[in-house]
Amino acid sequence: MAEDGTGAAGGDVIELDGVEKVFDVRRKAGVLRRTRHEVRAVDGISFTVPRGEVVGYIGPNGAGKSTTIKMLTGILNPSAGRIRICGIDPARERTRLARRVGVVFGQRTTLWWDLPLRDSYHLVRRMYRIEQERYRRNLEACVELLDLGPLLDVPVRQLSLGQRMRGDIAAALLHDPEVLYLDEPTIGLDVISKTKVRSFLREVNAERGTTVLLTTHDLTDIETLCRRVMVIDHGRLVYDGDLAGLHAVGESERTLVVDFARELPPVEVAGARCVKVEGPRQWLAFPAAASAAPLVAAVADRYPLVDLSVREPAIEDVIARMYGADADRTPTPGT
Amino acid sequence: MLGRPAGVPGRVGGGLREVRGQVGGFYAAVVVRGFRRYATYRTATAAGVFTNSVFGLIVSYSYIALWDQRPHLGGYSQAQALTYVWVGQALLMTMALMGGGFEDELMERIRSGDIAVDLYRPADLQGWWLSADLGRSAFHLLGRGVLPMVCGALVFDLALPSDAVTWLLFLVAVALGAVVSFAVRFLVALSAFWLLDGAGVSQIAWLAGLFFSGMLLPLTVFPGVLGEVARALPWAAMLQVPADVLLGRHRGAGVLTALAFQACWGVVLLAAGRLLQSVAARRVVVQGG
Repeated sequence: MAEDGTGAAGGDVIELDGVEKVFDVRRKAGVLRRTRHEVRAVDGISFTVPRGEVVGYIGPNGAGKSTTIKMLTGILNPSAGRIRICGIDPARERTRLARRVGVVFGQRTTLWWDLPLRDSYHLVRRMYRIEQERYRRNLEACVELLDLGPLLDVPVRQLSLGQRMRGDIAAALLHDPEVLYLDEPTIGLDVISKTKVRSFLREVNAERGTTVLLTTHDLTDIETLCRRVMVIDHGRLVYDGDLAGLHAVGESERTLVVDFARELPPVEVAGARCVKVEGPRQWLAFPAAASAAPLVAAVADRYPLVDLSVREPAIEDVIARMYGADADRTPTPGT
Repeated sequence: MLGRPAGVPGRVGGGLREVRGQVGGFYAAVVVRGFRRYATYRTATAAGVFTNSVFGLIVSYSYIALWDQRPHLGGYSQAQALTYVWVGQALLMTMALMGGGFEDELMERIRSGDIAVDLYRPADLQGWWLSADLGRSAFHLLGRGVLPMVCGALVFDLALPSDAVTWLLFLVAVALGAVVSFAVRFLVALSAFWLLDGAGVSQIAWLAGLFFSGMLLPLTVFPGVLGEVARALPWAAMLQVPADVLLGRHRGAGVLTALAFQACWGVVLLAAGRLLQSVAARRVVVQGG
């Protein structure tokens, strides 16, 4: 559907080459004195994303994720380097580019606060000059997949966070964008809304071949949507590869939380170590790449096991661990 | 919705006229939404009409006292002075002379960083807000202007024109005044890019607006240089000029001069806003996240 072969040469929809963004920040250094600081929010990032790929773009707060996205939309000019989206220089031709990309900032809304959802969509149609027929078709698809039917006539201010987010995502897709930037699209949503949003995005990617760049703090977003992950820290790309590779590089660990029938001394099993004991509950860390099954079997075999759960490593922990292991912050080759 | 064909979107060679029509269609749609968004708050509108009417009564009696002492002050008869009061009440919200327009929202969007959303849209920031604010103005002229005016006409003997041409010219003057009012507030709002908190600037702006628009007293009352200056400033375009057009104080080509005065300020201030917008967009360090 989006395979009309426009723009991007060589199938790379997103191209960044040595992109930097330096902010001049003034700080108070006295009553009247100000000192100037250079903050390198993005410090030499290069990557390409081929058409139809879904990429997770992750990193701790303040790592430069949102700055990157703002440069990709053309809101911010890069201080150095080259950016091409669908072959277009975003800073130069922001408006032309805007017709071909969709953006969702999880913490901001594009919808018109006082008016029903439907009215915001009418404005989007006018703004992007979407043909009536195409608009009707896209709106219908979004309404169905995102359960927006009962919400269309509700003023946006009365929508819940999850409803509003779904409304925003639909608004970003009505003009059939080739590229979709999602900045924390599941932030603050409950589990059901998150699941809905994820399955919708998967569908959009599969059906329309939309290229998606996604920033998130939610590991499940990445696991369900992205084959490829890029990790950014201090404005630099420190990892670019698949998720399994990230765990391997980060030597990340999953945690098996076990409840015993009574208090016990720290258990000793092969392939795991006890990291915490709290009454009858114990926390056992084991490599993320390893299967939990043999460990569970070994524990259940030797101890009076009552209950258990497996905790996935938080993405921040994985990343934090990466930095510990990779102090000089040279980019890690992907797997 | 507006029953206009959408045409082929953004195709090169699709004809400039067609593209222009679509652009016009978009901004017209924004005007309609700007109108409708204020129309949803009916209780607030009713309360506003009440406030305007009470306010108008109070000011009317003050003016009556004043004109009893000084007949033909500023060249107005008492009936004209009272008409001036009610035109002022009718235009108070239309011109957002005491705030209440888009500017608070825009400043808040700049402060919070939501402005990022507005900037990546394929729409012009100034055009977008101008359309939305003109929609609001139109609503406030109908919703908050007509009824207080009727109230004033019922209680007092007003000097309202009887010919349609004067009313039509008045509406043109109001439309131009609304554009000038927008252009001033757009500049004020953009100051938030540098100040982050634009509350101080907007307070100064509405104080200046209240005085220099002629909301407190007609600008024709002020003598000498103060009067000259006040009548030449852009705020005069918001109330003094439309009121004088309605009162028939401009004769013949004088009306055109008055409208040209408004149009000039409109063009100059919109251009200044455009310039400031491009400077602001370049230095935008979108706040937060």
